[in-house]
Amino acid sequence: MKDTLFGPRARQRAASIAFIVGFFVLWEAACVVFSISPFVLPRPSAVLVTLVERFPALTPHIIQTLMTTMVGFVLGVVTGVILGAIVGSSKIAYDTAYPLLVGFSSIPKVAVVPIFVLWFGSGTVPAILTSYVICIFPIVVNVATGLATTSPEQQDVLKALGASRTEILFNISLPNAMPYLFAALKVAITLAFVGTVLSETVAANRGIGNVMMIATSNFDVPLVFAGLFLLAVMGVVLYGLFSLLERRICGWASRGADTPLA
Amino acid sequence: MNRPAEHTAPGRFDDAAIVLEDAAVTYGRGDTATRALTTTSLTLREGEFVALVGPSGCGKSTILKLAAGLLPSSQGYVFVGGREVAARASRVGIAFQNATMLPWLSVRDNIMLPLKIVSPFKADFRAKRRGEYRERADALLAQVGLTGFGDKYPWQLSGGMLQRASLCRALIHEPRVLLLDEPFGALDQFTREELWAILQNLWMDKKPTVLLVTHDLREAAYLASRVCIMSPRPGRIVEDRTVDFDRPRTVDRTYDSDFVELMQNLRALITHDGPAAVGSTAP
Repeated sequence: MKDTLFGPRARQRAASIAFIVGFFVLWEAACVVFSISPFVLPRPSAVLVTLVERFPALTPHIIQTLMTTMVGFVLGVVTGVILGAIVGSSKIAYDTAYPLLVGFSSIPKVAVVPIFVLWFGSGTVPAILTSYVICIFPIVVNVATGLATTSPEQQDVLKALGASRTEILFNISLPNAMPYLFAALKVAITLAFVGTVLSETVAANRGIGNVMMIATSNFDVPLVFAGLFLLAVMGVVLYGLFSLLERRICGWASRGADTPLA
Repeated sequence: MNRPAEHTAPGRFDDAAIVLEDAAVTYGRGDTATRALTTTSLTLREGEFVALVGPSGCGKSTILKLAAGLLPSSQGYVFVGGREVAARASRVGIAFQNATMLPWLSVRDNIMLPLKIVSPFKADFRAKRRGEYRERADALLAQVGLTGFGDKYPWQLSGGMLQRASLCRALIHEPRVLLLDEPFGALDQFTREELWAILQNLWMDKKPTVLLVTHDLREAAYLASRVCIMSPRPGRIVEDRTVDFDRPRTVDRTYDSDFVELMQNLRALITHDGPAAVGSTAP
C-alpha cells in the first residue's frame, strides 16, 4: 500500500499527533480557565520552559537514570530468557517454578527497595536491582509461553525428517517464541523505568527520581512535572526502538501490512 | 514382548519400501487403553502408490505415523527402506492436511527446510542455499505452478497454493518414501482435482513409494496403483485392490463406467463391513 499524504496510514498518524497535541492544549486551557495554582498543576508551557532552562543541570541525571535502567533491563532480559527457556521446555519445571514466580512478582517492589538498600547501601546498585527484578517476570512468562505453544504438526514435519531436539528448537520453537519475547520486552522496558525511579526516590543522590524528590520538598512543582515528562519521553523512545526492532525481526507475526493475494 | 535390538526386514520383501508386520498401537494403559490400530500387516513395494481409505478414526493416520516414525508401535514391527523404524524417524517426505508452513520463512525457505535437516544436504546447506538449492526449490515450484511465488510469505498464499508448496517441501530432498495424510482434504473440488494431476506427474517423474491416506474414494482410485480399504474402528484392512488404469489418468476418466464401478465396489466395502468389524474385538 502506498503511503500518500491522504492515505489511510498518513491519516492515522495525523490523528495520533492531533490527539497528543490536543491533550496538552486542553491541559493548558484548563489551567487558564479554572485559574489553577501552578503549585497544584503547572501549565505545560511552564513545564516546557523549566525543562529548557534546567536542561544542562538535568543532563547528568537523565544519563544516570537511563544507564541504570538499561543495565537492570539487560540483566533482566538475560535472566528472563534463560528462566523462560527452562520453564517453557519442561512440564515439570513449568509446574514447580510457576507458583514461585507468581509469588515473587506479586511482591510490591517498593517493599523490596529498603532491603536492597540495607544490603548494598543507597545509590546506583539498589536502583539497578529494582529495575532488574521488576522486569524479569513478564519476560519469563512470555518466553515460556512462546516455547510451549509450538504447533505439534510443524514439529512432526521436522521429526519425520529425523531432526534432533536442538534442530527443532532452533528452527521452530525459538522463531515461534520471538513475537512473545518482543511483546515482553516492550512491557519490561517501561517497567524497568518504574523500578529505577522507585529506587531513586527512596535512596539515591542522583537520577531523575532523586531530582523529583528534592523538587517536591522545595515546592518546585514545574520541575517535578519536567521530571515526569522526561521519564515519559525516555519510555516512549525505548518502546519505539523495540517496536522498530520487532517489525524488522518478526514482521511476519503482524501481517496486516500487505493485502493477501488470494 | 521381547524384541531384538536390530531386526531386519524379512527376505521375501526384497523390493519392499514400507512393511508393517503385525503392528498395533494402543494409547494409554489398563482400563483406559484405547486401541488406535488393531494388528495390521501391510507391504508397499518400491515405487508403488498406495492409497489407504477408510472412515475417520479407523487408524489410517496411525499407520502413516508409524511409517513416519512419529509414533512407536506397541506391538509388531515397522520397516521403511529395509530398516526398522524405532522411535527415530526415517527421513521420509511428509505432508499433512494443513500445509504447516512456517510463517516466519518465505515460501522458498520453507521448501528448502528439509535440506537443512537431512544429510547429506545439510552439510553444505550454507554454501548452496543461495545457488544450487535455491534453483532446486524454484524448479519444484515451477512444476506445481507456483513460479515466482518463492519470495512470498505463507500468509500471502491461498490454501491450494500452500498445499502445492507443502508438496514441494515433502519432495525437495528426493525421498524414496512419500507420506501424505489427507493432503487435499481441506481444498475445494476444483483445486483438489488440479492437485491430483500435479501429484500424479510428480510421482511419475521420480517414482517414489507413496502412502496416501484419504477418505475420498475418487481421489484414491485416480491416484493410486493399489487401494487398501479399512473397516471402522478398530480398523483393519478389509480389501487390498490393484488399480491398473492407464496413466496419466484424467478427471474425465473418473466418470467412465469401469472407474465408477470400481468406486461403487469399494464404497460398498466400507459401508457394509462396518457392523461386522465392530464386533471383532482385539486379542
